[in-house]
Amino acid sequence: MTACLIGNGQTVPLPAIQRLEFAEFRAWILDLVQAGHRIASLFGVGGDPLLLVAVMADDASAKLSVSSTTVGRRYAALTPDCPQAHMFEREIAEQWGVIPDGHPWLRPARFQPPCRPPEPRSDGSNPESGTVSSNLQAGIPGVADFFGVKGEEIHEVAVGPVHAGVIEPGHFRFQCHGEKVFHLEISLGYQHRGIERALAGGPHKRTLAQIETVAGDTTVGHAIAYCQNIEGLMGWEIPARARALRAVGLELERLANHTGDLGALAGDVGFLPTSSFCGRIRGDFLNMTALLCGSRLGRGFIRPGGVGFDLDTPERLERLAGALERARVDTRTAIQLLWDTPAVLSRFEGTGTVSRDACRALGMVGPAARACGFERDVRLDFPVGQYALSRIPAIHDPGLRRGDVESRAYVRFAEIENSLQYLGELLQNLPPGDFLAPAARIPNAALPADSLAVSLVEGWRGEICHVALTDAGGRLARYKIVDPSFHNWIGLGMALRNQAISDFPLCNKSFNLSYCGFDL
Amino acid sequence: MLSILKARWQQGHRTIGYPDADPVVPDRLRGLPVIDTEKCPAGCRACIDACPTEALRRDAQLQVDLGRCLFCTRCGEACPAGAIRFTNDHRLAVRKREDLVIGREGIRLAAELDREMMRVFGRSLQFRQVSAGGCNGCEVDVNVLTTVVFDLSRFGIKIVASPRHADGLIVTGPVTENMRLATLKTFAGVPAPKLVVAVGACAISGGPFRGHPEQHDGVLGLLPVDLFVPGCPPHPLTILDGLLRLLGRMKT
Repeated sequence: MTACLIGNGQTVPLPAIQRLEFAEFRAWILDLVQAGHRIASLFGVGGDPLLLVAVMADDASAKLSVSSTTVGRRYAALTPDCPQAHMFEREIAEQWGVIPDGHPWLRPARFQPPCRPPEPRSDGSNPESGTVSSNLQAGIPGVADFFGVKGEEIHEVAVGPVHAGVIEPGHFRFQCHGEKVFHLEISLGYQHRGIERALAGGPHKRTLAQIETVAGDTTVGHAIAYCQNIEGLMGWEIPARARALRAVGLELERLANHTGDLGALAGDVGFLPTSSFCGRIRGDFLNMTALLCGSRLGRGFIRPGGVGFDLDTPERLERLAGALERARVDTRTAIQLLWDTPAVLSRFEGTGTVSRDACRALGMVGPAARACGFERDVRLDFPVGQYALSRIPAIHDPGLRRGDVESRAYVRFAEIENSLQYLGELLQNLPPGDFLAPAARIPNAALPADSLAVSLVEGWRGEICHVALTDAGGRLARYKIVDPSFHNWIGLGMALRNQAISDFPLCNKSFNLSYCGFDL
Repeated sequence: MLSILKARWQQGHRTIGYPDADPVVPDRLRGLPVIDTEKCPAGCRACIDACPTEALRRDAQLQVDLGRCLFCTRCGEACPAGAIRFTNDHRLAVRKREDLVIGREGIRLAAELDREMMRVFGRSLQFRQVSAGGCNGCEVDVNVLTTVVFDLSRFGIKIVASPRHADGLIVTGPVTENMRLATLKTFAGVPAPKLVVAVGACAISGGPFRGHPEQHDGVLGLLPVDLFVPGCPPHPLTILDGLLRLLGRMKT
């Protein structure tokens, strides 16, 4: 049995993808996970029986393998043998009304309407209680079973969906004993805007705008992931200058968010100098993106076939390089204060630890996984575009990989340094030429029919995975988005175990996951 | 301690001089569009067809609805005659929904609150922010107003943690069905008299998600809105300009 192997940004015709018996499919996933692969995506496509597609990522060989199967209204859940499937299976259950038998916690993922009508019951009664459909009947997001702890002096704390800060909505349910958190359950879905449903049948005029707002703080990351898929499907080669400028946009996005989060971490432990400096420097990075394309978040910067804006004049390039150099000095001084202040370190050290085993089992990605000692990074493991030409350095400090807040802060700091260096070199060696592929200037070219494309991008939170499937007419039959937050929210829950509830803001900020990127 | 003071000295004073000094906006900022309907070729629909959010319409003359506009400039690119041009003028906030529909005459910017509301809120205005399906774009550009760069509190405006402490809501996002109830409850939690500010294309019209059954095309059908700040997302200066206009602090 050989699954279809595919590189990042590549396309295969649908008939090349095997349709396995479910038992084989299940064994295939479990064997690969055993061998160290990760589930990059696992989703229902449609039809009855339901077509399921899995994309497995092997960080070591830089290959993705794709396979498919069909399931009826029930199948044997993967989660009991493979915890990283847990949220994928909750999503499949919610979207398609399929029950993964044996799933330990089958609860709505985002309280979204089903993608196909529920199975009619012969006696016309309601779906059996305890199923996702019965949970959904309440019709109010967050109203469902929560994992509970019972006993003397146990109490429950409910927070959200509206929070105290200027952040997105989500509901957090803590099971506490005194100040100590035994368990945190995170209930999302408040941001569900129906993006995947709307993308089907596209590309439409609004498609790119919807992709850019999957997670607005990761506009560049998601837009690149989408454009790589379109380019793979169309067979477009993007110009060297566009490749380089995309990397500039992606690294600026990383710099802005990492810097902002380190500032917020400082704020959460009451260390105001770094909090105030980093809040401002974050804006400086956003302004650099605006210097490039007019939008601080990079709206309109990434387009299929290249980029929408060029560093057109030597003066603009000089202004960007100058701003970057100033930000390098400012960032370093601001963040160094954190490491020089024992009061800060004592709050970071050993707080919110995710064990290496939990991280592996849950398939976490991005800085949160790197903070546990896993060197997974799409830029290094599945390099495409600029990252295939010039490698971004990996972080070398095995000392700080304990999976706690300090490690996550340190990884972000190290990535800031790496990105600054990478960008500095890139701006000195920008390839000349066009910034948009000539083929992309022709409007409304149809996509090839019956194909599948996979695209991975290392966004600032971690691996962004987009899978595009086209139908016989060359339209998108299914467009599946996996934001890194989809893998990592459970990591935040793990980090809170046996922590003081007062450390929740600190732990939360050290991940800073996306609500809308999860809710779609 | 000394290293903190040294860092403080190195970082310098970074609060912008705005509104006394001219604002610094990026030259490529896609701000207020200027429409020259004289240039419109007869029967041309190129811009209308190019727009992803049906923000353009042509009755007597070509008009753009800034409440729907994502400022993507596809219309300008599609126009064969150069009749639509996006300037980098960041001032876009208005008081009435219909004032966002602009044609040749340009925009009527937000007027200040009436006398009674000015008496109540003129010197201290506290907002609770509600993200109701926002993508964290508008949210970050609201949040940034509280940094040292914009220093919102020097104007007596603050963002507070509880609706009970607030004088109004800043709503972002198209108001997803899953956030409808929470948004209404948060509004109910604010003591009267109260204000609502809709920030961003989503909160005004649903933005790129307008028409999706999972959301409500913005906050207007659910709550009364006192200030509309268009953009996707609006530049922080656009939001600040709108809030200051509301308080009668901007004369130009």
